[in-house]
Amino acid sequence: MSLRTSLKALPTLLRIGFAEAVAFRAEMIVWVFATTMPLIMLALWSAVARTAPVGRFGQGEFVGYFLAAFCVRQITSCWVAWMLSYEVKQGTLAMRLLRPISPLLAYATDVLAGIPLRLLVVAPVLAVSLYVVGARAVPASPGGWGMFLVSLVGGWLITFYLNVLLGTLSLYMESSQKLMDIYMVLFFVCSGYMFPVEFFPAGLRTFIDLLPFRYQMGLPVELMTGAHATGEALGLLAKQWAWVAGLGVVATLVWRRGLARFAAFGG
Amino acid sequence: MISVRGLRKHYQVHKRPPGLKAALRSLVHRSYTSVKAVDGISFDIKPGERVGFLGPNGAGKTTTLKVLAGLLHPSEGEVTVDGHVPKVREEAFLKKIMLVMGQKQQLLWDLPAAETFELNRAIYDVPRLQYKQTLDELVSLLELEDLIQKPVRQLSLGERMKCELAAALIHRPRVLFLDEPTIGLDVSMQVTMRNFIKAYNETTGATLILTSHYMDDVAALCPRVIVIDKGQLSYDGSLDALVQRVRPEKRVVLRLARPVDAAVLASLGRVVSHEAGTAVLQVQQDAVSATVGQALSSLPVTDLTVENAPLEEVMSELFQEGKARRAEAARETVSA
Repeated sequence: MSLRTSLKALPTLLRIGFAEAVAFRAEMIVWVFATTMPLIMLALWSAVARTAPVGRFGQGEFVGYFLAAFCVRQITSCWVAWMLSYEVKQGTLAMRLLRPISPLLAYATDVLAGIPLRLLVVAPVLAVSLYVVGARAVPASPGGWGMFLVSLVGGWLITFYLNVLLGTLSLYMESSQKLMDIYMVLFFVCSGYMFPVEFFPAGLRTFIDLLPFRYQMGLPVELMTGAHATGEALGLLAKQWAWVAGLGVVATLVWRRGLARFAAFGG
Repeated sequence: MISVRGLRKHYQVHKRPPGLKAALRSLVHRSYTSVKAVDGISFDIKPGERVGFLGPNGAGKTTTLKVLAGLLHPSEGEVTVDGHVPKVREEAFLKKIMLVMGQKQQLLWDLPAAETFELNRAIYDVPRLQYKQTLDELVSLLELEDLIQKPVRQLSLGERMKCELAAALIHRPRVLFLDEPTIGLDVSMQVTMRNFIKAYNETTGATLILTSHYMDDVAALCPRVIVIDKGQLSYDGSLDALVQRVRPEKRVVLRLARPVDAAVLASLGRVVSHEAGTAVLQVQQDAVSATVGQALSSLPVTDLTVENAPLEEVMSELFQEGKARRAEAARETVSA
C-alpha cells in the first residue's frame, strides 16, 4: 500500500482499533492485571532494601523504578506474535492479505489503538509514583523527556518487530508457540522487568547489553528515572535504534519470504 | 480478464502413523509426501463472465481461487488477473478483487458491521460520495437497514453473510471470487444471495468465479462451468452441454390420480422413483415424445413435466467416472 493511502487510512484504523479495544474491555482489564509483575517485584525489592540499599537502589529508588516499569510495560506491550501465529494456523491471515494494506501496519494499529485505554491505568500509577518519589519519578528536563519518549518509541518498535519475527516463524515451523514462551522468559529476566539490569554481574551485564531486551524495557525506565547523564543516554539510544533498524529489516524479510509459504488453511 | 496456464500447486505434507513410537521416530526422521492440490490446469475467463468451479471435496477448487486471489504462490505455471500477477499482491490488484469465503469472515466480530464497512472505505480509499452511494445500494438490495448497527456476533448466520457480502463490495471489485458463499444458509437466504450476486454482475460487469456444493447456486448463476477433479481440469464449457454429455437421458415426472402398477410404469422407461401419486421415469432423449404420449393415453395422469437429471446426480456420476478412470489408469501402470 502506498504511504499516502496508508496515512489517509491510519486515523480510521486507529479509531476502529480503539472501538475494538473498548469492546474487549474485560480482556483489557485482565491484561492489565497480568502485567502487574513490576508491582510484585516492587514489594519484594522494597523489603530487601528495608535494611540497606541494593547498589544505588534504596526503597524510594525501587518505587520509582518499578512504577516506571509498570507504566512502560503498559505502553510498550505487544501481542502480535500470538495473533499472527493464531491467524496463520487458522488461515484467517488470508482475510488480512486480501486487503490493500500491509497486515503488519494493521497489526501495529490494533496494538497502538489500545494505548489510550491503558493510559487510564498508567495515569494513577504515575501520580502515585510522583507523590512517593517526587520529581525524580519523571525526567527532569525537556531534553530528558525527549530522550525518554524516543526510547519509549524504540522500545515499542523492538517489541513489535520481535513479535512479528516470532509470529512469522509459524509460517516456517508447525508452531512457534514454544519459541514465544522462551522469548517471554528471556524478556522477563533480561529486560529489567523483574530487576534492574545493573544487578547482573559485570561480565554477564556486558552480554545482556548486547541483546535487545534491555532496550525494550530497561532503557526507557532508566531514562524516565534519570539514571543516565545525557552523553551516556544518547549512546544507549543509538544502540537501541540500531536494534530497531536491524530487527525491522530482518522481520520484514522473514515476513515477505514467509508469505510464499502461507497455506491459507481452511475454507 | 483471467488467464491461467499450467497452474500447479503442490504441498509438502508431513506424514506419520499414529502411536507413541511413530511420534518419537518423527522427532529425528520425518517423511513428507507431495500433495498435488492443483496439477496443471489452464483456462481463460473473459471480463464479465460468471463461471462456476465444480468438483468434489479436495478437488483443488478453493486452492485455485486462493492462487487467483494472491493468497497462495503457485508451485508452477503462469497466472494473471486483469494484467496483474496475483502473488505479487500489488495495491492496484488488491483494489480490483475480492474473495468471499463462506467459512471465513472479515467482519469485526464485536463491532457493528457498519464499522467494517467504514474500515474498508478507508483501506480501499473509496471517495466518500461513492461510498455513500454504494452503501445505500447494498443496504437496500440486501435489506440491511436493521442489521448494520448491531454487533456482528449478535447476527444470525444468514444476516452475517449478507453483511459479509456487503463489506466485500464496498470498493466495487471488478473480479469477485466466491467460495461457498451460501454455505449453511436457508433456502430463502440462498435465493436472496444468488439474486444479489447475479444483479451485481449484470449491473457492474464484474467477473465472477463461484465454487459451491449447492448445485442450485451454480445452475442459477453460472452459464459456464469448469470441473476440477484431483487437481486436474476435466471439463470446461456450458452447464447444459455438461448435463447432455454426462446424462443425456430425460426425466419424465408423472403425477397420478390413482396408484398404478409398477410393471406398467417399467414398460414406459426406467423407473427412478415411484411413490404414492408420483412416478419418475428416465427415458432416452429421442424417446421422450413417445413416452409422454403413451403415458397420457394409458395412465391417469394429472400433471406431467420433462426435466434434466438433477445436477447433483450429474456431478456425482461425473466424479465417479473420474474415479473409475484414475483407478483404471493406475491398474494399467502397475501391470505395465
